Amino acid sequence: MLIKNRIASDPKSFEITPKSIYLNRRSFLKGGAALAGATLFPWSLNAAMGQKFDNLVKSPFSTDEPVNKYDEVTGYNNFYEFGTGKTDPMDNSGDFQSRPWSVKVDGLCDKPGMLDIEDLLSKFQQEERIYRLRCVEAWSMVVPWVGVELASILKKFEPNSKAKYVEFTTLVDKERFPGQKYPIIPWPYTEGLRMDEAMHPLTLMATGIFGEELPAQNGAPLRLVVPWKYGFKSIKSIIRIRFTDQQPTSTWMEQAPSEYGFYANVNPNVDHPRWSQAKERRIGEFFRKPTAMYNGYGEEVADLYKGMDLRKFY
Amino acid sequence: MARKRTFPYKPIVFLACLAPSLWLGFGMFNGMLGANPIETVLRDLGDWGLRFLLLGLAISSVRRVLGWAWVMRYRRMIGLFAFFYAFLHLAIYVGVDHFFDWATIWKDIVKRPYITIGMGALLCLIPLAITSPKVMVRKIGGARWKKLHKLVYPIAIAGVVHFFLLVKADIREPMIYAVILAVLLGERFYRKLPLSFSSSATRSASSSGR
Repeated sequence: MLIKNRIASDPKSFEITPKSIYLNRRSFLKGGAALAGATLFPWSLNAAMGQKFDNLVKSPFSTDEPVNKYDEVTGYNNFYEFGTGKTDPMDNSGDFQSRPWSVKVDGLCDKPGMLDIEDLLSKFQQEERIYRLRCVEAWSMVVPWVGVELASILKKFEPNSKAKYVEFTTLVDKERFPGQKYPIIPWPYTEGLRMDEAMHPLTLMATGIFGEELPAQNGAPLRLVVPWKYGFKSIKSIIRIRFTDQQPTSTWMEQAPSEYGFYANVNPNVDHPRWSQAKERRIGEFFRKPTAMYNGYGEEVADLYKGMDLRKFY
Repeated sequence: MARKRTFPYKPIVFLACLAPSLWLGFGMFNGMLGANPIETVLRDLGDWGLRFLLLGLAISSVRRVLGWAWVMRYRRMIGLFAFFYAFLHLAIYVGVDHFFDWATIWKDIVKRPYITIGMGALLCLIPLAITSPKVMVRKIGGARWKKLHKLVYPIAIAGVVHFFLLVKADIREPMIYAVILAVLLGERFYRKLPLSFSSSATRSASSSGR
């Protein structure tokens, strides 16, 4: 059982308005008029991309570290579906259509069904959560996500007691994802979490960044965010969620099993075979800084891995 | 006798070779290199080092295959630019990417094959750069100079392997370098084959005679 109401790492975070939000206040206000209508007619809120969110709840899980710039968060991405270069996702996602969009949820659950993005946006309270993101390539960012605790979504489908893992799958569409024209990695991109990881309160299904809907390059219209794991676990543009009793084989495990494991917890003591994970470069900063165990979320998540050999389960 | 005014090809080629580094310097100080400028500079310098290395190898091939003798005038310059970019690549890795964190750098060198190989290639480039002036050729003798400069082959192979080993999944780009290198090495290998290549009878005779 995971009953954890108070978080540990950054208790002061909710007292401080992060700079980006502070600077964004004006655009929040500007969007206000449109959003006033949107509360009456929720469908209109989601009609356009880049739509601002209304009534965001600030999460106590947020870090008070300075948030990265919007241009950094949206202009430096690993999203091979749009190309393998860091700016390819920004450059090649201009006319990506993320509507209509629904996620098939099935497998070992009592109420399999479809999760429509419009329902996700209108029927669930959206929170803002400012998390550190640590890429397996030893760079990091601080991203102000918008989203819904994954657990609250999964519970609606009533996973049964046989469900031990959750598998996530990204859309395959060579037209919308030009990067998928080449077999760089085996498509579709798949990821997985253990059930307790998926139900952990830190695990977020993100629907936005910087108070607006997710841009395509960041995984529109919905993506996973698992802040204590390397970024590649946070799968983008999800179309299927499946409860299973078998440990899913993620895309990167299939691609290079000696380099990428199922857990992929941020761990400065276990190097990637080809580079050190002891330090990271925060995007926008000159000096590398030491990487924290579980990306600094150890107080919340270390218990999940008690007694496990983290060198073996990397 | 009045000197004939010739078109300044060499300075122009020199400036063209220098341009990528000037651009990177300019871009760096004007915030034009994206969200991770250090990575961009490091990668681009490495790319250019490898490109000039292959270009240097291509010059001799072009002379032999197309018979253009004039290209040889640029070989030394191109070779030195390969060293220039490779050396800047290393300097950025040491002085900026890791900011002289020698412990980490040393661990990288001994633990990470792609760093080991890249570093080895760069060390081998040093004697080639030092012996590039004509004076040095005379000093050590043409035959020995030639022998020493054969090092460029393992260096080029190491450079391409270095690139191959560092990509995560998308091997298309290092593959292009590998194919070009294979063609350039293949041209040399083909030339080395005995003249009797076309006549299998003489070839088998010569090989059985050993």
